[in-house]
Parts: sequence; C-alpha cells; structure tokens
Amino acid sequence: MMAGDESHEQARRKAAMAVLAHSEVGDIACYLEAIALPAHEDLREPEDGLVMVRGRIGGDGAPFNLGEATVSRAAVRLSTGEIGFGYTLGRDRHKAKLIALCDAMVQSDEFVAAVEAEVIAPLREAMIEKRNRKVAEAAATRVDFYTMVRGEG
Amino acid sequence: MYVAVKGGERAIENAHRLLAHERRGDRDVPELSLPQISEQLSLGVDRVMTEGSLYDRELAALAIKQARGDLIEAIFLVRAFRATLPRFGATEPVDTGAMQVRRRISSTFKDIPGGQILGPTFDYTHRLLDPQLAGGFSPETPAVGEASATATPRVTDILGRDGLIEPSPAADADAPVGDLTREPLNFPADRDLRLQNLARADEGFLLALGYSSQRGYGRNHPFAGEIRFGEVEVEFMAEDAGFAVPLGSIALTECQMVNQFKGSATEAPCFTRGYGLAFGQSERKTMSMALVDRSLRARELGEEVIAPGQDEEFVMSHSDNVQATGFVEHLKLPHYVDFQSELGLLRKLRQEFAEANEAPQMQEAAE
Repeated sequence: MMAGDESHEQARRKAAMAVLAHSEVGDIACYLEAIALPAHEDLREPEDGLVMVRGRIGGDGAPFNLGEATVSRAAVRLSTGEIGFGYTLGRDRHKAKLIALCDAMVQSDEFVAAVEAEVIAPLREAMIEKRNRKVAEAAATRVDFYTMVRGEG
Repeated sequence: MYVAVKGGERAIENAHRLLAHERRGDRDVPELSLPQISEQLSLGVDRVMTEGSLYDRELAALAIKQARGDLIEAIFLVRAFRATLPRFGATEPVDTGAMQVRRRISSTFKDIPGGQILGPTFDYTHRLLDPQLAGGFSPETPAVGEASATATPRVTDILGRDGLIEPSPAADADAPVGDLTREPLNFPADRDLRLQNLARADEGFLLALGYSSQRGYGRNHPFAGEIRFGEVEVEFMAEDAGFAVPLGSIALTECQMVNQFKGSATEAPCFTRGYGLAFGQSERKTMSMALVDRSLRARELGEEVIAPGQDEEFVMSHSDNVQATGFVEHLKLPHYVDFQSELGLLRKLRQEFAEANEAPQMQEAAE
C-alpha cells in the first residue's frame, strides 16, 4: 500500500470513528442490522478505563492535566484479518465493541461501502442535524448592538 | 498506648439502614432517576465532575443521589470510584479555539469575530423566585437564529496578534506534564501543576480567594477577556491503532482574564493573563480559577507576595475539599484514648495548681 493510500485510509477511519463516538449505541446497533456482519473475534475484551484529559495553559500554551474521563475500548479481528479498534467516552463496552467492528469493516474492501452507506452516513447526518440545531439555538442569543441616536439627528 | 475497642457494629449497620431510609424520603414521592439529576440539576453534576476530577455525567448523577445532594460528599464518592479503573493514558490537549460554542462573551471588546453569544445564562435574570416552576411547567422551545459563518477565535489570540498580551508559555517537549495524582506536591510548583490543582479545587474556596484578590489582598485588576462554554472534541493517541483516535466530545468552560501590564527596560509593556478551565458549564469556578491562577504568578512576575491568594503553598495545600473535609470531619471519629490522656494531664495540672495555691495560704495561717 502506498503512503498516500495509508493516510487516506486513516483519515477515513478517523472520520468514521468520530461519527460513531458521537452516536448512541442503540442507533449504531440498529443501523448495523442492515448488514450481514462478517465473522470476527475479540482481539481485546471490551474494557472500561480512564484517560487524563489535557488542556493548554491560556488555551494555546503548554499542556496541563485538567481531569480524567471514563472511556471504554475494544479491539476485534475479522476472519479476513482486518483489525478494528473502538474507543468512546463513557462506560459502554458494547458501544466500544461495535465501533471496533465498524472500524474493521471500514478497512475491508468487501464491507467498506456497506458500512459507510448503511451505518456511518445516516449517523453522520443525525449528528450534523443535532449540531446544527444547537448552533442555531446559540445563534439566537447573539447580541446585535445598535447605537442609540440622541436628539433630532 | 493503643486500646482496641470493639462494639457498635449493630449501631453502625442500623445507622446506615436509617440513612438509606432518609435518603429515599417520603415513599409517596416518586424516586429521583439519574437522568432527572443529570438533565435537571446539570450544573450540580458539572461541579461534581469538575471537582471530582472525572468527566462522567451518569456517575456524577449517581454520586449526587447517593450523597443526598451533598456535593462535597458526592465529589468524595467520585474520587474514590476513579481509583478503581485503570488509566489508558492522556488525551491530546483539547483545542478550545475550535470549541462548538454554546456561550461566548467578552467584557473587553463589544465587536468580536463570531459575536457575543449569551447562551443559557442566569445573567440578566431578575433573581426572583419563579412560582411557575413549582409545578408542571413546560418551557417554550428555544428560538433559533442564523448561524454565523465567522469562526469564534479566542479573544486572547486576537490581542496576541498585536503583541498587546503576553503569549502563553510554550510547550517544552522534554518536560513531562506534572500530575498531582501521581506524584506528591512539592513547592515551588510549576503552572501546569497549579492549574491541575485549581481545576479540582473547591469552588467556594477559589471564589473567596479570587474575591479577596479583587478587594486588595494581592494585585488583581482584571477584565474578563473572554468566557466560553461549549463542546470540544477529544482525541487519544492509541498506541494499538497507531494514530490519535476520536473519543467524542466533552463540555468545557474556559475563562481568560486580562490583567495589568508588565514591562521592563528590555520588554515592551503588555497585558498579563490568568486562565481557568473546567468540565461542564462552570462559569463562577473558571472565573475564580483564572483570578487565582494570575495571583499565584506573583513570584514569576516579580510581584511582592503579601496576600494568601498569592501564596501557592497556602492555596494548593488547602484547595482540595476532599482532603479538607477528611481532616476537619475526622474530628468526629472516636478519639477516646487521646482525650483520656489529655484529661489525665489536665487533672494533674489542676491538682498542681491547687497545691501551689494552697501552700501560701497554709504559710499565712501559720504566721
């Protein structure tokens, strides 16, 4: 595989993971039902743990430790060899496993089109819609300044 | 001498049973669910996540329920829970400049790119109790506006372009990021450790210290350069995957305080800054944190250390409400043996006192 292909695939995997991490586990499971899932096994048993969330001093300076967050993670291997990783904030091992399964399928020539079309695309649409609604709600609270004119012009 | 005393097991057991009963309250009143706490007491949940130093809304809600609404007890429960899970590592530093802003205000510039976005705020409410909320009130759906295509850069970044404000300290690739959950505190402490300490510090303690610095105990005359609240994406460098994987987003509040100038013979004067960052919508907390962060920079900025808010050992040693409550509340645990020894000493002293006072009287009587 060429280096360009590799970074392209990595970008595709990251984009899919971002959508999946933002989605509800029930929705992921529901959309996955549309696909005849490939045979797979756990490479790593799903588990809960913590990550230390870092911020930056002043927003853009040296990093510092803000506090921890709960995370679930999992790894699966398809019978055809593709290895997928699932990471998500919260404590939902099933969700982590479904993300890992999707990540493995995104790397599979046989499944990439189906998982993108049947799972990632509708979840992305829902995510963007939710995000846009929040942006519009915030936008309605933007202050429009106007200048008071005193006297007769 | 240590004397082991047994007993009280049944009393303790029954006390906990009574506690569970009192926690439930009147059983004719519906029981609180965790989503109700998480959704409707959300700022309490944010505080427990921030000071419990663990981002997990559901756990924070459970802790609040278990603690009967005692937030410091809830924070204690969350801190204890975090010790039960393994840590996978640290995230990439979050980019608050790319925050999906829900609220964003500046008291220094009226016209900031992206605008002043009030968001869900208590500001400008009249602080009158609302009887409507007492029963079955269903609020209007929020108004929607047209999203601006303009990005919302941090106000300090705008000031920084003209060199009017000091730059943030640059990352040192060779220096590990300090972590007070792993190494004991040593003084003097660097700013990364101080910010970690302040981020988990008691809001009331920081509020009082920040307030004291405004009132003249220390030198703080700041402007709220910017306060923003919203969602930021979190990524984690997963060694197994070989790249930074997205984990989802968390809600954060950030406060940038802009403080008085500093300058020298070789450096042009510029504004200095204090920084606050916390989980959830925690505005009072981040403002207080930014005030105290700035006042703790006294040593670095060559200011005279004259007030408690400038003394990092004082602030950092007393800011943690779990430690503080542990030491204050341990006083109510049995100290029978300690007290007996004090009592014995006191009786002896009193006897000596009485004998010393009796002796001259006897002498007088003899004369």
